[in-house]
Amino acid sequence: MAGRSIARKSYDGVVLAAPATVPYQRFSKETAHWWIARALRQSLQAAGLSPRDVDGFSVASFSLFPDTAVGLTQHLGLTPRWLDHIPMGGASGVAALRRAARAVQAGDADVVACVSGDTNQVDSFRRMLSSFSRFAQDASYPYGAGGPNACFALLTDHYMTTYGATREDFGRICVAQRDNALKNPHAVMKTPLTLEQYLGARMISDPIALFDCVMPVGGAEAFLVMREEDARAAGLPHAHIRSTIERHNAFPDDPIQMRGGWAMDVDELYAMADARPDDIDLLQTYDDYPVISMMQIEDLGFCAKGEGPAFVRAHDLTIGGDFPHNTSGGQLSAGQAGAAGGFIGLVEAIRQVTGTAGPTQVANAGTALVSGFGVINFDRGVCSNAAIISGAAA
Amino acid sequence: MTSPIVPPPKKDPQQRTRIQTLPAGARSRAALGLTAAAAEGRFMLQVCAECGAVQYPPRDACSNCLSVDLPWKDIAPGGRLIAETTVRTSTSTYFRERTPWRVGTVRLDAGPSVICHVHGDVARNGPVHIINRLDKSGQGVLFALPAERTQNMEDDPQLRELTANPKFRRVLITDGRSENALALAQAFAKAEASIIFIGEAEGWRPYKHREALRAVPSVQLVPLDVTDTSSVTELAAEIGGKTDILVNNARFMRPGGIMARGDTVFARDEMEVNYLGLMRLAQAFGPAMLGRGADGGNSAAAWVNILSVYAYANMPALGAFSASSAAAYSLSQCLRAEMRPGGIRVMNVYTGPTDDDWHQPLPPPKVAPSALARAIVAGLKDGLEDVFVGDVAQDLIDRWRAGPKILEREMSENDGGGA
Repeated sequence: MAGRSIARKSYDGVVLAAPATVPYQRFSKETAHWWIARALRQSLQAAGLSPRDVDGFSVASFSLFPDTAVGLTQHLGLTPRWLDHIPMGGASGVAALRRAARAVQAGDADVVACVSGDTNQVDSFRRMLSSFSRFAQDASYPYGAGGPNACFALLTDHYMTTYGATREDFGRICVAQRDNALKNPHAVMKTPLTLEQYLGARMISDPIALFDCVMPVGGAEAFLVMREEDARAAGLPHAHIRSTIERHNAFPDDPIQMRGGWAMDVDELYAMADARPDDIDLLQTYDDYPVISMMQIEDLGFCAKGEGPAFVRAHDLTIGGDFPHNTSGGQLSAGQAGAAGGFIGLVEAIRQVTGTAGPTQVANAGTALVSGFGVINFDRGVCSNAAIISGAAA
Repeated sequence: MTSPIVPPPKKDPQQRTRIQTLPAGARSRAALGLTAAAAEGRFMLQVCAECGAVQYPPRDACSNCLSVDLPWKDIAPGGRLIAETTVRTSTSTYFRERTPWRVGTVRLDAGPSVICHVHGDVARNGPVHIINRLDKSGQGVLFALPAERTQNMEDDPQLRELTANPKFRRVLITDGRSENALALAQAFAKAEASIIFIGEAEGWRPYKHREALRAVPSVQLVPLDVTDTSSVTELAAEIGGKTDILVNNARFMRPGGIMARGDTVFARDEMEVNYLGLMRLAQAFGPAMLGRGADGGNSAAAWVNILSVYAYANMPALGAFSASSAAAYSLSQCLRAEMRPGGIRVMNVYTGPTDDDWHQPLPPPKVAPSALARAIVAGLKDGLEDVFVGDVAQDLIDRWRAGPKILEREMSENDGGGA
């Protein structure tokens, strides 16, 4: 770790293109295969490619069982020479980007389709929770079976006690995202949310109340990783990858999670991009609960640890505000489509920096920071990563 | 402060009896170490044999040095609650029916943080005392008690889910003639059992402590002969639906192994009472108890077997009796598995020689009836599965765990005190 001797290679020559979102549904009778197929097709159509042009395929999904990416190749008629399956939940988007970019850069693949999708059948969420991970099965699910609500309630409770954060502070994040979601025609949540409504909502797992929780939905997201010259030749809007970081099981000695792996690697993130937090035009955090968005704002260097509450009080987090955050409404207001929750911020960020976000477009969105956070294996999220991407003009 | 529980209302026979649902019972093999420790009420975690790191959750390799040598050790129970939540919405039917449910993160003095159930009297960010108990699925779970005792602490509804406290419950003690019957009745009366049924075989035959038994508050003598199937069935038809705790103290025991006896008459009696008696009781009372595991404040809660510790290793001086105890022990494991869907605890209480007529020639230490009775009530209050009463039983199980074959040889050296 300390004293890294080799400077990391840049991602020059590799770009992100053809962001695709299949509109989410609260419940779906379809399968993950169906959702993934639709996202893949939409992304390929946007790029003017056929399935035969795809020689790299990366999949993230919780509800594919008993299949993996392997089964999907035959199911969807793909013949890739590079294949990846990413089990990192909310960190799967940036992880897919990192791996695919290096594959394209090295010539192992020409075009990698990165797809994530999950269905949400009635009762599938409960079944997933009870067998989510071995540690969760042994050491958290037997304690009230509150699932991620209860785990994040513990983190939120501890954060509030330690830093004096209030429910209003978390409410600001949720209310701003709902405001953003109202501009996103695909968002599941379609009615405005006031801070009073947020504060008055019923408790789910104290201090987590109804509007702190995401709505599990069926849905899918996709994007393509390809050579810059190919994107240019096809006339595709595309984004450059300026830097990435990734870390798993960071700070294992912290008695409870107060920070993620970003805090270990944030200096490298900005150094590799030759950027500073001030250069970021919009931020897409992983937002299954507002406390974790607040931790990302801190750990990614926008303010010091413990200053998240003051930061959200001092900034406007909406599309038109001075700190645009989770511009599609994020998972909190657009819905959580399983592992696609790890893609929603990245796919939206690609749209933003390529000027194709439509109704949610942030003015002059040149550079975006996207962060991922995944897998509450026992008491905390294990995977964390982040990427800084810029539009062609930046 | 915990509100004291009140005597449950009389049951409305028109209402449907609530079906027992269970908390998630799936565990990895490593995590079953917690369950094994909880069976005896011990708080144990894996401790790396090489680097000493305390591990949680249970695992297969040390997270500090990758050693796979992770023996379970008793752990200091102190810690502090560093975060908490009250679960109000749960995906589990069991918890849905029992919300609000308090859960917290405790940082153990021993190192790791654990997620655990939290007693209502624990203060926010307060000191706690961690216990490891069996939940309704029969799996070990960690529970944070206040570091200092509080009033009515046992009555916390979450704690009661982990225990089989006799308070306001109805108890059946199967053999009134046993020399421990009076001590048992007195102990359950002290523990505020609401009715103490006492089985009596051949009620016309006098025995010395009958009047004393009748004088114990809440005692009702009922006809019961565990060697007689129709007697057992008749009593179950009458009181099976209101037997919350069954304590099987019926026992037949005579000294001698194989060759000291000229025939199988005593051996047959030992099996009739100690083994088949248990089976008859289980066949008659088991189904009704199984169906009443979630039947309110006086739900069916526990089945207690009093077994000789020589069930684990034969004591040749009591060789035939030891064999019948081993049969009963094996059957109790079957009963435990069959009772599990109802959330009914099967507690085995193992004793060495007891202080009674049939152990008269044996030297001390012997288990006094009052000590046995205290251990049973305490075990129920802790929701245990295995209780070893007295020095002989504790010593024997320690030796058995260290090496059953070595113990077998040691037992053959033991003349049982010249019996």
